[in-house]
This record gives sequence, structure tokens and C-alpha cells, in this order.
Amino acid sequence: MTQAAGRSGPVAWMALPALVVFIVFGVVPLFGVLFLSFTQWDGLGPINPAGLSNWRSVLSDPGLPHTIWVTFEIMILSWAVQTPISLLLGTFLAGRQRYRGFLAVLFFIPLLLSSAAIAITYKALLDPNFGLGAGLKIGFLTQDWLGRENLALGVVVFVVSWQFIPFHSLIYQGGVRQIPTSMYEAASIDGAGRVRQFFSITVPQLKYTIITSSTLMVVGSLTFFDLIFVLTAGGPGDATRVLALDMYKRGFQANLMGPASVIAVLLVLIGLALALLLRRLGGSATASQQEGA
Amino acid sequence: MAVATSDAGTASRRPSRGHFTLRKLLRLNWFGGTAAWLWLVIVMVPLYWIVVTSFKDQTAYFSQNPFALPTAPTLANYRLVIESDFPQYFLNSVIVTAGTIIPAVAISFMASYAIVRGAGGKFLAGVNGLFLMGLAIPLQATIIPVYLLIIRMQLYDSLLAIILPSIAFSIPLSVLVLSNFIRDVPKELFESMRVDGASEWDMLRGLALPLTRPALVTVSIYNGLGVWNGFLLPLILTQSPDKRTLPLALWTFQGQYSVNIPAVLASVMLTTLPIVLLYAIGRRQLLSGLTAGFSR
Repeated sequence: MTQAAGRSGPVAWMALPALVVFIVFGVVPLFGVLFLSFTQWDGLGPINPAGLSNWRSVLSDPGLPHTIWVTFEIMILSWAVQTPISLLLGTFLAGRQRYRGFLAVLFFIPLLLSSAAIAITYKALLDPNFGLGAGLKIGFLTQDWLGRENLALGVVVFVVSWQFIPFHSLIYQGGVRQIPTSMYEAASIDGAGRVRQFFSITVPQLKYTIITSSTLMVVGSLTFFDLIFVLTAGGPGDATRVLALDMYKRGFQANLMGPASVIAVLLVLIGLALALLLRRLGGSATASQQEGA
Repeated sequence: MAVATSDAGTASRRPSRGHFTLRKLLRLNWFGGTAAWLWLVIVMVPLYWIVVTSFKDQTAYFSQNPFALPTAPTLANYRLVIESDFPQYFLNSVIVTAGTIIPAVAISFMASYAIVRGAGGKFLAGVNGLFLMGLAIPLQATIIPVYLLIIRMQLYDSLLAIILPSIAFSIPLSVLVLSNFIRDVPKELFESMRVDGASEWDMLRGLALPLTRPALVTVSIYNGLGVWNGFLLPLILTQSPDKRTLPLALWTFQGQYSVNIPAVLASVMLTTLPIVLLYAIGRRQLLSGLTAGFSR
């Protein structure tokens, strides 16, 4: 160990470039956002201290609980839609048949598109007058998808799932392939069917993969800015105004950087709390499983 | 499902292993299979619609079945998009992506090498912890101070303004994936090079670099996709039309031609096509690299 520590001297400098860039554009802004939340700034002029006034005004803003609620609603719904489908698809894709590789290639395409491109496409596709429904003359499809509050939220969850299920399926595919086949063989000999095997081998064995994928989904959902910005701009009304969008609108449209920074601090805190919670969940689950075994 | 279950029961009675795997292959996963083909339809329908519609003119778009192939395919939509300065935006996106990925992967690789080789050193453990923390934080939330920083550095409304924060944002994940791969390089190889008098820099170039090349490609593609498709940084850190990157240009184009759906979809096609072509070439690398990188 001492030998290793002694050797760490000559290599340590190699970490410096990354460290400097990350500190300047990652760590400093992280503390900067806390600092700015106690100031008044319109984005152009001087920055003046403002004490707690931003915090007071944002926390007493009647719109804030709604914004937080919408953020969590989209987070939970998109998690609940994506996880079972990704698990199912990932397990299926982990098989070795040739056409599954072909499916995986096509599944991946939505990930290549930018969120802006996806939002623009769905906006056009769902347009009640010019979109797909109008062209096909199917009444169900010609609803004002993005103009009605509940529908708009559902559309956001659907589009998010459309975009990201392929990615999570891929993660699960990798996870399933690491499960030793002997476990399935043993279960088969004991007479367990496919459904039993899925729930008593695949799902428990994928615990860490599920936690990784869920962390990416949940923390990632806090940053669904571009998709919602282009698709609904937070509307109709404030129906899809998530925290990230709220931050942008307060900061760069209303020129109130102080209150926007308060929202940003909330975003960071929520992200950290969720990441820690999911990690704890993983830790306690391992312990209980080891006790069981 | 009930059929599949009883099938599994009979399969298990087979004594020989060869028979067992054969039965396993024959025993189709109907539920998963149906879900997969269904998902394929959900994925492909909008994509198909983008492709066929982008070749129709507006009258044909309104009069035809939306899924019908264009009777008189036209390139007019593409011409409109290209004449709307898209070559400039394309060039901007290329500069921003290459300008981010090359330095980002280079410095992340060096940092990963240092973290793995210097394991045990307190300083490097701290650096590693800092990068890991960066994974849990939605870095986009720090956009306001980044904006302030960029203004103070006199970089506002330049491509460099997008590049610098993008490099920083791609470091945490790159370091995580790359250090996992460097850790797999057998220690004996480093020792034998050291005995021969090689410096750490020689070992980084002569040993770690060639052995982790697949991971470097994966990390480059993954981060490159994120930067190429990035929207928030260009939106906030630039303002002139000639500094637009493709996603931002898409958005403004759509604002301008919102009722001309074929033209809007042609712009989507043109911005996505280069990536799809790259994907067609490098997909094996990307798919296997991603599964390996995340499933650890």
C-alpha cells in the first residue's frame, strides 16, 4: 500500500487537466448556483446581494408545489412505464437468435435522434389539424393531444418512453447475459416455468442493473428540459412545467436569475437525494438477500 | 404462457444436455417476442412517417394517406432546408462535437489512468470521488453560473462557449467507464514495462491505450451523441444565427415553417442522417460497448 501511495506521485499530474476543467465548469458552478440564489441579477447588469428574499418568494410561490408535483409525476410515470417494458425487451433481446440482433439495431434508432428532433416530430404527428390523425381520419387520434392538460402529460411520458426504452433495454440485455445459464437449467429441472424463472431468477439477479437503470431514469428525468421545452413549452397552462423548465423560464425569459437559482438548488438537492436513496435501497437489498441465502 | 410452462416441465425431464439446449431454443418466449415485435412497430411507425412525408409536397401531404409512398417524390423540402443555412449549422455541430470529444476523452483517459495506477493515493481517491459525485448531480442545474462564467470569460455567443462546459459535463461518465477498463489490464504487464525502464507516460501510450481502445470508441460515441444532440447549452450560451448548432436550428426552423410539416420532417431527416450513417458503420462497437460499460 505504501509502495502504491509512493508511486501515485508521478501519475497524479495526469489527472490535473480533467480536474481543472471539471472544477471550473462543474464544481464552481455548483457552488455558484447556491451563491446566486442569495442575489438579485437580471442576467446582464450588476449582481446585488438579496439575502433570503429569493428563497422566501420562491418557496411561498403557489405555483411551486404544482411544478414539483408535475416533475415527480413525470418521473414516476415514466419510470413505471419504462422499467417493465425495458426488462421484458432486454430479457428477450438477451437471447441468441439472429433476428434479435436485428431488432436491437432498429430499437436503438430513437436514441440517435435529438430530443429536439423527437419533440418536433411528435408535435407535427399529433397536430389535430395537420397530423397523422387528420390524415388517417381516425377520430381517436385527432384529439388535441398537446392542448389538454392530462393528455399533454401522457404524451410527454409516452415520448420519453419512446426515446429511452431502447437504451434501458440494452442495459438489461447486458445484465441478463451475465446471469449464469446454470441457474436457469437448475430451475428448469426443478420444474419452474418461464414466468417463475423470470420472477425468481431474472429479476432478483438483475437487482444492480435495475438500480443503475432506475437511477439513470430518475436523475435523468430531472433534466428533461429540451424535450418538454420544444414539445409543449410547459403547457397547456402549466400542465407540463417541470422544475428544469421553471428554472429556464424564470432565469432566461423573466430575467430573474436569483429565483431561477433557487429552483436550480432544489433540482440539485432532489437529484442528490434520489441518487442516495436508490443507492441505499441497493445496499439494504443486498444485505437482506445475503441473510436469506 | 401456460403452454410454455408445461413445456418447460417436459424439457427438464430430458437427461442429455444437448437436448436440453435444443428444447430451450425451441421453447419460444411468446410473451417477450410479442412485446418485442409490438415495440418495433411503435418505434418504426413514426420513423417511417418521417421518411415518406419528407419526400411529399404539401398538397400531396394533405390529400394522401399519411402512410402511402409519395406518388411524385420531391426533393423540394430538402432544398428548402439546405437553403436555410443548414450546411453552416451542420459545420457548427461538427466543430462543437469534435472540439468537445477529442479533448474530453483525452483528459478523461489520462485521469482514469492516474486513478487506476495511483490507487491508494489520497489525492487521486479524492479526485475519483469528485467525478463520481458528478454522476449523481443533474449538471444542467448549474447552467446559470455557467452562463455567468462564460460571459465573464468573454466567450458568450461563440462555439467555444458550448465546448468548454460540454467537456466538463462529459468527464464523470467517461472516467467511470474508462477506469473500469484500465483496471482490467493485468498488473504484470505494467510491471514488466516498468522493469524495462518505461515511464508512466510510455505505459499509458504503449499499453493502456491500445488495450482500452474499444472503451475509448464507446465513450467517444456516447458523449458525441449527447453533444451533437445537445440543446440547452447552445440555447443559453449563443444567440447569433451563425452560431446555431443543429438541434437549435431545427427548433427555429420548425417555428418558422410550423405548418409545412413535410419541410419540418425533412429538416429532422437531414440532421439525423449523418448519425444514422455513423451508427450503421459503428453499431457493433457502440451496442456491445454500452452493454459492457453499464452492466458492471
